[in-house]
Amino acid sequence: MSVLASLLTAAAGAAEAASSHGGESSSAGLPQLDPTWWPSQIFWLALTFGVLYWLMAGRFLPSLGGAIEERRDRVADDIDQASDFKRQADQAEAAYNKALADARAKAQAIAADTRAEVDKEIAELQAETNEALDKQLEAAEARIAKMKADAAAKVREAASDTTRAVVETLIDEAPTDDAIARAVDAAAQA
Amino acid sequence: MLDRLITPFAAGPMEQFEIFPIVPLSLGGLDISLTNSAVWMLIGSGAIIAFFFMATRRAGLIPNRVQSTAEVLYEFVSDLVRDTIGTEGRKFFPYVFTLFLWILIANLFGLIPSLPGTPAATHVFTTTSHLIVTLSLALLTIFIVLVYGLWKNGAKFFKLFAPSGVPIWLMPVLVPVEVISFLSRPLSLAIRLFANMFAGHVILKLFAGFIVSLLGAGGAFMVFGIAPLLGAIAVTALEFLVAALQAYIFAILTCIYLRDAAHAADH
Repeated sequence: MSVLASLLTAAAGAAEAASSHGGESSSAGLPQLDPTWWPSQIFWLALTFGVLYWLMAGRFLPSLGGAIEERRDRVADDIDQASDFKRQADQAEAAYNKALADARAKAQAIAADTRAEVDKEIAELQAETNEALDKQLEAAEARIAKMKADAAAKVREAASDTTRAVVETLIDEAPTDDAIARAVDAAAQA
Repeated sequence: MLDRLITPFAAGPMEQFEIFPIVPLSLGGLDISLTNSAVWMLIGSGAIIAFFFMATRRAGLIPNRVQSTAEVLYEFVSDLVRDTIGTEGRKFFPYVFTLFLWILIANLFGLIPSLPGTPAATHVFTTTSHLIVTLSLALLTIFIVLVYGLWKNGAKFFKLFAPSGVPIWLMPVLVPVEVISFLSRPLSLAIRLFANMFAGHVILKLFAGFIVSLLGAGGAFMVFGIAPLLGAIAVTALEFLVAALQAYIFAILTCIYLRDAAHAADH
């Protein structure tokens, strides 16, 4: 406040000096303190301020506020819509994942079934094959045994014949079949 | 020498505040002539109206440049009113907005330099550098505060001067203090704005006067003219800040007083 007072005093002094110096016809002192123009200032202030308030309150501010509001609503709507779309997308993704999981499970089940079936078939085939092979093996063994027996019989016959021929040649006497058989047996034992 | 410095041959620092009638008018015996002050009130309001007319002419979802600027001002004052007064302050928004813009433009337009050599009546005039103008605005604000406070709270409005929770023996001291502080509100509002505008323009004029007188003194003195020139530039920059700040302060104090009026009964 004291600053203002000193400023006012200094300014008033300066103005006085100016008017005495310059010869301007204005009254000494601050123009602000001259009441001549107060009514005029108040009148024009009221007029301009009043008209401005009337236009602001009635026209400009509602229009601006409406535009801002509309934009805010629009943005909020758009955000809502976007979140809606996002939810739909999430749902679609969940459904897709579920379908994928289902399909995978089904595929695994089918694979397991198929594997079991194939395993069973393989086992059956193997069993059949084994059986057939066993049979063939048995037949072959039987045949081998028979051939072995035949061969042994033929060898024994040949040995008997040879023995008889050797004995006839050596002693000129035909040995009996029993004697030959004993001799061959004894030789086979050794 | 000092006399020559503070009273340069150019106009004195007080002449910028002088009022000249341009078109004499009178209403019921009162002189309401169109003066240079009135002309600058009309220029300021006209500029604001033209600006907002352009901003709202095609107000759309996607704002153009003018509309964006107007919306920034709108949101600024709207936030100020909402943050200070609350939701019931909505009805005062047009008033605070008009007040803020009227003062802001009056302050800013007052900083436009005048053309040298033109008649004094055509010089740029700062309407807010007159106490009667700022006092009228301050009294209008306090009048609204009083009417709204009494309408909203009835007799409880006077609890503003006797806050609850204060010991009874303190009341004889506190109530006068509160009453005086309330009564001084319009004065402090008016004088703060007026004094800032007045002092700023006086200082600008003094610096400008120094430059002219130093140049007029000739010789080596002309070199020293650079000092007041730099001072004038710095003060001009400062005055732009002050112009906006004082409009803001007037608006926010109006909001604070309105909040007090709205919540007087809760004290």
